Amino acid sequence: MPALVAFLCGFVFGAGLVISGMTDTAKVLGFLDVLAIPQGSWDPTLAIVMAAALAVSLPGFWLVRRRERPVLATVAAWPDKTAIDRPLLGGAALFGAGWGLVGLCPGPAIANLATLSPAVLLFVAAMLAGMATHDAWRRRRAAPPAGAALAADG
Amino acid sequence: MAPFDPVSAAIGGALVGLAATLLMLLTGRIAGVAGILGDLLGSAERAWRLAFVLGLIAAPLALTIFGLALRAPPMPALAVVAVAGLLVGFGTRLGNGCTSGHGICGIARLSPRSIAATLTFMLVAMLVVALTRHL
Repeated sequence: MPALVAFLCGFVFGAGLVISGMTDTAKVLGFLDVLAIPQGSWDPTLAIVMAAALAVSLPGFWLVRRRERPVLATVAAWPDKTAIDRPLLGGAALFGAGWGLVGLCPGPAIANLATLSPAVLLFVAAMLAGMATHDAWRRRRAAPPAGAALAADG
Repeated sequence: MAPFDPVSAAIGGALVGLAATLLMLLTGRIAGVAGILGDLLGSAERAWRLAFVLGLIAAPLALTIFGLALRAPPMPALAVVAVAGLLVGFGTRLGNGCTSGHGICGIARLSPRSIAATLTFMLVAMLVVALTRHL
């Protein structure tokens, strides 16, 4: 049941991205190109999409917050981190750099897999590799010295 | 590029916000695509994450029934695509979220952390576009 709900939510999410034009890298880059504002060729689409999404999710999350638990699960996985630290801002900056180079963030990248575009496939493969690289790097930093790890194994 | 269409933008955006709200209401999960993908690689509870991803891919296919063409987006040189993909993957994992997790869900929770992240990736992306298009 949660998987079916997740599929439908993913479907509605993806439909929203396609209908709003956010799967089109030209529209995303057209928004990010703020120097086009004085030239009159700026594309405000992304701002409208964000505003419309938040117009629903702001009151929506406020209402959901008041419930004790989700409809189909025992606990709600509300994020508990609050620190505005270097990993947060550094990660966001790296993400922003990649986003600005192509115009794809993770949601539209995945939805665009449906087009079977080789360049999109490459982007998603590189993105997954970047995620795996980060997780491996984090595990290595968190891992105890080699001797201690051996002792704990098995 | 398709012409500016504020009505489609608003309808599509509202659907994105609705999907994020419904996932939280029903399953208690954050609709952050980077987090869903990253945890799909690593952790348990793969079923709902895989289902969400499949829904994302199924939507553009289904919408062709209503005449919305399935068009591959314009993409830069493959070397740029590969570097950008790595940056997006590593960065969203390090920063714990992307446009959906921080931008839609985090701001909807009024999380200062997500607002800071969203401002950061927006400003850096704008800077990169300014450099690549206007320099």
